[in-house]
Amino acid sequence: MTISASFKRRLKYYDLDLSFTCATNKMMVMIGPSGGGKTTIIRMLAGLETPDEGQVIFGEEVWFDSTRRINVTPQKRRLGYVFQDYNLFPHLNLLDNAAFAAVDKKEVDELFELLKISHLRKRKPYMVSGGERQRCAICQALARHPRLLLLDEPFSALDVVTRRGLREELKSLKGRLSCPIIYVTHDINEALFLADEILSVVEGKNDVGWMQRTITREPGEGTTAKGAREPRLALVY
Amino acid sequence: MDYLALFVTLKLAIVTTAVLMVLAAPVAYFLAYSKFPGKSFLEALIYLPMALPPTVIGFYLIILMGPKGWMGRLWEIFTGGSLLFTFVGITIASIIYSIPFAVQPMKAAFAKIDRRLLENAYILGLSKRDTFVRVIIPNSLGGIAAAAVLVFLHSIGAFGVLLMVGGSIPGETKVASIAIYEAVETMNYSAAGLIALSFIPISYAFLLLINKLNKDSLT
Repeated sequence: MTISASFKRRLKYYDLDLSFTCATNKMMVMIGPSGGGKTTIIRMLAGLETPDEGQVIFGEEVWFDSTRRINVTPQKRRLGYVFQDYNLFPHLNLLDNAAFAAVDKKEVDELFELLKISHLRKRKPYMVSGGERQRCAICQALARHPRLLLLDEPFSALDVVTRRGLREELKSLKGRLSCPIIYVTHDINEALFLADEILSVVEGKNDVGWMQRTITREPGEGTTAKGAREPRLALVY
Repeated sequence: MDYLALFVTLKLAIVTTAVLMVLAAPVAYFLAYSKFPGKSFLEALIYLPMALPPTVIGFYLIILMGPKGWMGRLWEIFTGGSLLFTFVGITIASIIYSIPFAVQPMKAAFAKIDRRLLENAYILGLSKRDTFVRVIIPNSLGGIAAAAVLVFLHSIGAFGVLLMVGGSIPGETKVASIAIYEAVETMNYSAAGLIALSFIPISYAFLLLINKLNKDSLT
């Protein structure tokens, strides 16, 4: 299955206008400075926000089409969405959180095993670390057998070491999934490490040269790199 | 001691609380999550019973529940009797009198839940109704319990509204607060004192409970 989207939306400071496709088993990394519209794009894919114009087509299914007035609800899109935080329901322990919408509850144990949080299954989200919460959030998303996986800066609230570990696990996990994955980050190193394809989003448009410019910019060259979090430092890890 | 009046009071408070929790939850949900023009007007209307003198509420309820009011007529069609001076009548009055105390804390608790949790529930396939039952309610138990306690306390203290709508029929509409009033009127201070005294531990215990619930919901 392939997801292809093209949409336009008026935002406060600029207009969002871009299109892309991502095939099964591919990870497309969306990168760009903060406030560039990446999260808005992900939310429109998930059906949480509505574009002004455009289409979102998943395989043969039309999820959104402004001319035909089609807008499939998030419930029916059957996708996985991992946020930076707040995926887990505070009143449930990790196991119940992951099993919340699981297709097969038995699978949750395997996922916990795979993501190394089996020993925490009875803990509530506030009792575990941020990294462990995000592992559980990934289990929650995968247990639903998503047809499309959206990861919106899932590791950016974590410390560098944890982030690097999870990043590697995610890369090895990718082979086991048979769905397109869209990953949002503003960390260039993360993008280079994970991506099959890279989409640079700057002020709502696809800016192909952005990454190159950001990495190679000369000191004092100005604003091209604003928002990319310490790109030179990031390359060290 | 007028145990019958105490019994009617407790029965009234329990029924009021139970009915109001069920009725107020969807209203609170609606107020917490929807936006529409004129919302603040509707909200103020719902909270109006809190700001009106109880006798004013009682007056309008007499009009509505009387033989010429639509509630009274509807009740007569179905039961053949009068709604005024009955337990059902004072229950309706007590419910209307306590609506703000049920809606307000529940709305506050619902509104406090992070939007992203709800969005995640939708993405995981839950309808809005299921999200309400499986995510919103379990995460606002503190607020719901606080609402229940407030309604309960407010109903055991009701006086003016109930006196106007229900009068003072022993075993039917004569609640403890009315019994105290009547005992004092007839100079029977010891009877009044006993009933009054029985309120103190009940109210005090419930206030402690509210404090505990508020603390729990903060952590």
